[in-house]
Amino acid sequence: MKLTGAQIFVESLIKEKVEIMFGIPGGALLPTFDVLYGAPIKFILARHEQGAAHMADGYARATGKVGVCIATSGPGATNLTTGLATANMDSIPIVAFTGQVATHLVGNDAFQEADTTGVTRSITKYNYLVKDIKELASTIKEAFCIARTGRPGPVLIDLPVDVQRASCEFVYPREVDIRSYKPKYDGHPQQIKKAVEMIKESERPVIYAGGGIIISGASEELREMAKITQIPVTLTLMGMGAFPQDSELFLGMLGMHGTYFANQAIQNSDLIIAIGARFDDRITGRLDGFAPKAKIIHVDIDPTSISKNVKVDIPIVGDAKNVIKEMNKLLSKLGPRNIEKRKKWQKQISAWKKENPLTYKKDDKLRPQYVVEKIYEVTKGKAIITTEVGQNQMWAQQFYKYNYPRHFITSGGLGTMGYGFPAAIGAKLGKPEKIVFDIAGDGSIQMNIQEMATAVNNKVGVKVAILNNGYLGMVRQWQQLFYKKRYSATDLTANPDFVKIAEAYGASGIRVTKKDEAEGALRKAISTDGPVILDFLVEREENVFPMVPAGARLDEVIRGLA
Amino acid sequence: MRHTISILVENKPGVLARISSLFSARGFNIDSLAVGETEQRDISRMTIVVKGDEKILEQVMKQLNKLIDVIKVIDFVEQPHLERDLVLIKVNAGKGKRSEVLEIVDIFRAKIVDVASNTVIVEMTGDEEKILALVNMLKPFGIKEMVRTGIVAMGRG
Repeated sequence: MKLTGAQIFVESLIKEKVEIMFGIPGGALLPTFDVLYGAPIKFILARHEQGAAHMADGYARATGKVGVCIATSGPGATNLTTGLATANMDSIPIVAFTGQVATHLVGNDAFQEADTTGVTRSITKYNYLVKDIKELASTIKEAFCIARTGRPGPVLIDLPVDVQRASCEFVYPREVDIRSYKPKYDGHPQQIKKAVEMIKESERPVIYAGGGIIISGASEELREMAKITQIPVTLTLMGMGAFPQDSELFLGMLGMHGTYFANQAIQNSDLIIAIGARFDDRITGRLDGFAPKAKIIHVDIDPTSISKNVKVDIPIVGDAKNVIKEMNKLLSKLGPRNIEKRKKWQKQISAWKKENPLTYKKDDKLRPQYVVEKIYEVTKGKAIITTEVGQNQMWAQQFYKYNYPRHFITSGGLGTMGYGFPAAIGAKLGKPEKIVFDIAGDGSIQMNIQEMATAVNNKVGVKVAILNNGYLGMVRQWQQLFYKKRYSATDLTANPDFVKIAEAYGASGIRVTKKDEAEGALRKAISTDGPVILDFLVEREENVFPMVPAGARLDEVIRGLA
Repeated sequence: MRHTISILVENKPGVLARISSLFSARGFNIDSLAVGETEQRDISRMTIVVKGDEKILEQVMKQLNKLIDVIKVIDFVEQPHLERDLVLIKVNAGKGKRSEVLEIVDIFRAKIVDVASNTVIVEMTGDEEKILALVNMLKPFGIKEMVRTGIVAMGRG
């Protein structure tokens, strides 16, 4: 049977088991939206395409499925780009569709035309311009395959309006075979053996794990590895939730705002076992002073991540879950003597932990860290937390204990302010049974606050906790520490009334000004149906500590201001 | 160090842009680039000559391999191979000078492919060294225009 391009699009999504998609229609997508009307795919109308992309991303991170978003040609497509770049940096599977002007107009500066594949080439894993209706079904099949396999990422399909209207026979391919794309999932057995040998020899090892653990679903295997070897574990921001935070072996996050003890452990280690992490500059600090005594084993599915920043002794290309499983088989044979020789190392780490725990000033003032701790308490650590970017993100990481994967959703690589709120909406739609909190700053929340209309419209009961300090707080902190307190363009005292904004959208708003009101307000927000904004007026010049200044060594840390 | 990199790619739109942007994003200037179909019509071969920091180049090689349209990448630094480049040189060859130019062309086993009253066009195929030598010899006569195809390379054996 012959179908139109628009029908093929929808039928292909159904074949891919897409349940929900996020986006905004437009002139170049009219045929497609006509078919979507009444199709068995839930469509969430966003209020800005960036919001739609972040929703698809939040949905993907919370569920592990591919997120789908759609935007029209020209401005719709360019508005998607921040969302695509965010997903690309954090390896999140998204398939994005964009309308395009008719094929005979492509390249003619037509109305609402942008060179979408050109613009998005470097911020997607792959992209397509479909000029022939006969290639549409196989392109969609390929796109989903590329998005979810290997190191996942966003894939974009640009769909000219005449291709949506054209028709051809619909055959959805069963399988994809791309001769030049064969991700490698199994680690090389010889390399794995060598790695285990190196672990056996080590006296001060540390496991440094990242988002790759969450993507490959390797949390169980990671826990097992730490258990049988008694090696302490530090996680990256992207890895939060991959290892239980109440474990004795947990060191917290490492890097710029990592814990003192995680950074000390890394700097003094004789072996780093890096899994699904990429030695980003926020992790390593000054490269030539990073872990000077350590040998490095690096497990990653992406060979380009290995030896990119830090020279690696044993590279293992493969999927984290598969590789850890194989390593565990060999590690479990090493026996208790192997653990014995690390006793001294464990004692040293405990001492560091006692010496410099993560903390903040506990007085009667409403401090942002306290708010995060309270969110942890009232949700019993079971909520999905999304964050914006800046101080709010770091406090959300430091003072909420993440014990489960896919429960901490944050823009790690790109650092996108305005990410958390739409991501929370996507996460909540993917996991409706979960309490979902966006821990926000007063600066970030205003970058995508229009999505409150989307949340209200679709009855998505996300809770937004604004840690409102009236500043672009992280930039202000750097200005305070490194630019003589010259607060250039960081004062936001002209903020709107966030409670009234919530109410204007038809949501609920609660303002909290005192410490003892926080818990009650949080409980009230959770028991309220629908979206809620909590406006916490926190201490204005609270800082995120510890902090390793940019370009410093991990042990050159500012622990706090006297 | 100079590297001659041979890349087998899918013959599709956008592939050249993907590859060249890997170099440009890292501040690498491409010295030469030649693209053409292979014995299989849906596969093209690109030969790229670049100079640059070894560590960054290693990263570029990995990134090339990672590109979905790239089937195979070979760095000829590691193996015996042939390199050829074709050059066309329009050189001044007025009355008194023409025989001198012809003599040089002869020695290099190059060819004259066009003659006008004051210039000739010389065609020659060779590796980088031979072409530079010819150019140096012809320079004193006054080179009006020069064009090169860029180096193509093939492994021996």
